[in-house]
Amino acid sequence: MKNKEIIVDADISNINIVTSLVNDFLESGGCPVKTTMKIDIVIDEIFGNICNYAYGNQGGKAEIIVAVDEDANFVELTFKDCGIKFDPLEHKVPDVSLSAEEREIGGLGIFIVEKIMDKISYEYSNGQNVLCVAKRW
Amino acid sequence: MNVEKNITGSELVVNVSGRVDTVTAPEFESQVKNSLEGINNLRLDFSGLDYISSAGLRVILSLQKIMNKQGKMVICNVNETVQDVLEVTGFSEILTIE
Repeated sequence: MKNKEIIVDADISNINIVTSLVNDFLESGGCPVKTTMKIDIVIDEIFGNICNYAYGNQGGKAEIIVAVDEDANFVELTFKDCGIKFDPLEHKVPDVSLSAEEREIGGLGIFIVEKIMDKISYEYSNGQNVLCVAKRW
Repeated sequence: MNVEKNITGSELVVNVSGRVDTVTAPEFESQVKNSLEGINNLRLDFSGLDYISSAGLRVILSLQKIMNKQGKMVICNVNETVQDVLEVTGFSEILTIE
């Protein structure tokens, strides 16, 4: 298992840097393109949430650790921020059976992440939100 | 992300390529909505689309609501990653996908 740590300002303008660093790392670790695309969606949802909500107007850092195990066909992504304590797994599950007219716009991001990854966990420790997702390919 | 629009009479075909995500979704939304006047047939061609996140789905849902009032909307040439996202969110049930 090898890993890479990325620390950036929690600003949405950094999403392309984060995505491209993670993609290069995954490619070097033998992760298939299809899985990488799902990881990119996860980055968009989770990093996007951190940028939009974690620090209010103050700003702060986001840390992303990506780990890949080529022998076990395994990828893991950990997102950390020191912002407002927030457990995304406590969100209200959207009703995906509603019609277009009945649907509310929003609330789907974390739901998508849960569905396209194998495992998701959250903890609050040392003043940090730590969200971890993992998937086998 | 790149958006290409072709209007023939009351039909609008939108070819969107690259990624529709947090950063690009607002641009995608305004590009399409700016061209919807008098359109009763909206076709979203996803053949060049790599992936879509929830920000993009919000736009799709909003477009579907508009087109429910003024005509129909069809999505075509969806890749596997996009199809997965549409299915797990139940969007494949409320959209017309060819």
